[in-house]
Amino acid sequence: MTIALNSTPAARSRWIAAAPLSNRGITEMIAGPVFRGAGKRWWIAVLLTLPFVLWTLVALIWLLTQGIGAWGVNTTIVWGFAIANYVWWIAIGSGGTLISSILVLTRQNWRTSVNRFAESMTLFAVAISGIFPIIHLGRPAYFYWMAPYPNTMSIWPQWRSALVWDFWAILSYLIFSIVFLYVGLLPDLATMRDRATRRSAQVLYGVFALGWRGSVRHWRLYKRLHVTLAAIAVPLVTSVHSIVGLDFAASLMPGWQESIFPPYFVIGALFSGFAMVLLLTALVRWGLQLEAIITIAHFDAMAKIILTGSILMTYSYATEWFLAWYGGEHADRSLIAFMFTGHYAALYWALLFCNCLLPQALWFPAIRRNVPALFAIVLLILVGMWLERILIIWNTLSHDYMPTLWRVFRTTFWDWSFLFGPLGVFAFCFLLFIRLVPAVSIYETRRLAYEEGLE
Amino acid sequence: MSAIFLAEFETPERLLAATREVREAGHEPLDAFTPFPVADLEGAFPPTRSHLRIAMLVVGLTVAAAFYFMQWWSAVYDYPLNLGGRPLNSWPVFLLAPFEVGVLAAAIAGVIAFCRACALPRLHHPLFEVPGFERATVDRFFLLARRAPSGEDRFDLRHLLESKGALVVSEVRQT
Repeated sequence: MTIALNSTPAARSRWIAAAPLSNRGITEMIAGPVFRGAGKRWWIAVLLTLPFVLWTLVALIWLLTQGIGAWGVNTTIVWGFAIANYVWWIAIGSGGTLISSILVLTRQNWRTSVNRFAESMTLFAVAISGIFPIIHLGRPAYFYWMAPYPNTMSIWPQWRSALVWDFWAILSYLIFSIVFLYVGLLPDLATMRDRATRRSAQVLYGVFALGWRGSVRHWRLYKRLHVTLAAIAVPLVTSVHSIVGLDFAASLMPGWQESIFPPYFVIGALFSGFAMVLLLTALVRWGLQLEAIITIAHFDAMAKIILTGSILMTYSYATEWFLAWYGGEHADRSLIAFMFTGHYAALYWALLFCNCLLPQALWFPAIRRNVPALFAIVLLILVGMWLERILIIWNTLSHDYMPTLWRVFRTTFWDWSFLFGPLGVFAFCFLLFIRLVPAVSIYETRRLAYEEGLE
Repeated sequence: MSAIFLAEFETPERLLAATREVREAGHEPLDAFTPFPVADLEGAFPPTRSHLRIAMLVVGLTVAAAFYFMQWWSAVYDYPLNLGGRPLNSWPVFLLAPFEVGVLAAAIAGVIAFCRACALPRLHHPLFEVPGFERATVDRFFLLARRAPSGEDRFDLRHLLESKGALVVSEVRQT
């Protein structure tokens, strides 16, 4: 049943590299891997990620039974990996939504191939990020105290607290990303229902497809809904990540209390989100052999956006330095000196290399069109963005106003467990996801193929 | 008794041409089913009126306002806390959570309004009984049309559809 689709250089279109590509061919290519056996690559990938899932579970149990003393946090550096990981993961999630919604709103047709990963990536990244603020609480069992509910203590949540803002931001954003992903999936679920041969699959996809028939009325309202959701996703994501920035900026600490933090965090989210999407695109394209619909032009377009992100990040860093000098506050100036020369200086220089210097290679078209090179660059960008998050916490807390409180953070095994374990959980969820639903939007690829005149 | 026909086409162009022809001949194109949204086709059918966006706006604003009210009431009347003399009604930070929750409410309202306007979920539909209709979500383009009451039509609808390139024309019972 498989149709050989080799990319042909002679294809007339830019975003689809196989001609002619029929609607049936597109459906087979994208929906086929879900119905066929999983294949060796998939099983190897699952076996590689499974130990990380178990590691994360062990780490969670250890932390919940032993308390946060298992981490390297101390009375001065009260935030550690948990908050850095939270910011890093939610940034990747926010990047996913921004990508798919901004590209929908600006009618970038090439988005069709990356939309679905970006949205599913968001879902898993936000779900993982939501764990960290809970486990970094001293008493995680009482996290539900942040919700307003009728209680015998007759108390209310403290609405001025950043923790409560995070609670509502993550909760709203997580549910919103499920809704957005599901709406995007609806027509494809109907395709899966009609393509399925086993009764169980027909019923499963049929229930989730809600009886979609693709009538004129359906499509008309569907487009209206999808565009409107995309339009409200942009302010939602911007505000969610601004709230993350406010967690720091609303404090009185040197290096945190800066009005640039919310937009700087949003740009960081876009930057690391695109890096993660590019990474996943390269992997899915290789794993599912989707070279015909994910072309080099897609990588080129994404690399340009990453380059823009890098320039804006560099600008944000420079603003930090400039304002510390221009503001004249001793603690701020001393903090910047500590960043460049202090205990974590090597990491700070590594951050500047990964986020500012290395992405400049993307000015060259040859590198933008070289998938292995891009893969290495985005991997280092993701490392650089994580370093940024951890250093925002370490530097400020290690070098506060009061010199008698200056200390450094000593990492423990459990700190690293919460960094590496969730990466495997994320990959594991993503692997399951691409086995259950089409990894690329089928209906949008059909429309793209039709509009590019490849019928 | 006016009959309803479902015609299967291979390309959106043929479906579009047939839709126009059917309407000119005095018959009534009821609906079309396509595997992807075809922009030109929407012009061939009467516009769909729906209050999707208005519903989203109203629900979003209402929920956001209700959430703000809850914060205000709890912080000012039910459980006032004096934190360094800050105003009890700290409105700038009270705007954050209502915004998030309001957008979420608008999204959920949008999905519910969409389902209502499309009469979904409807897991089974009489058209699903028509053999071959499952290809409406894969690679075929379908037109559902009602024959004009006798006297008005110049051509028989079935022949018209076939002459416009329909691969299969099947008569369906009233849905």
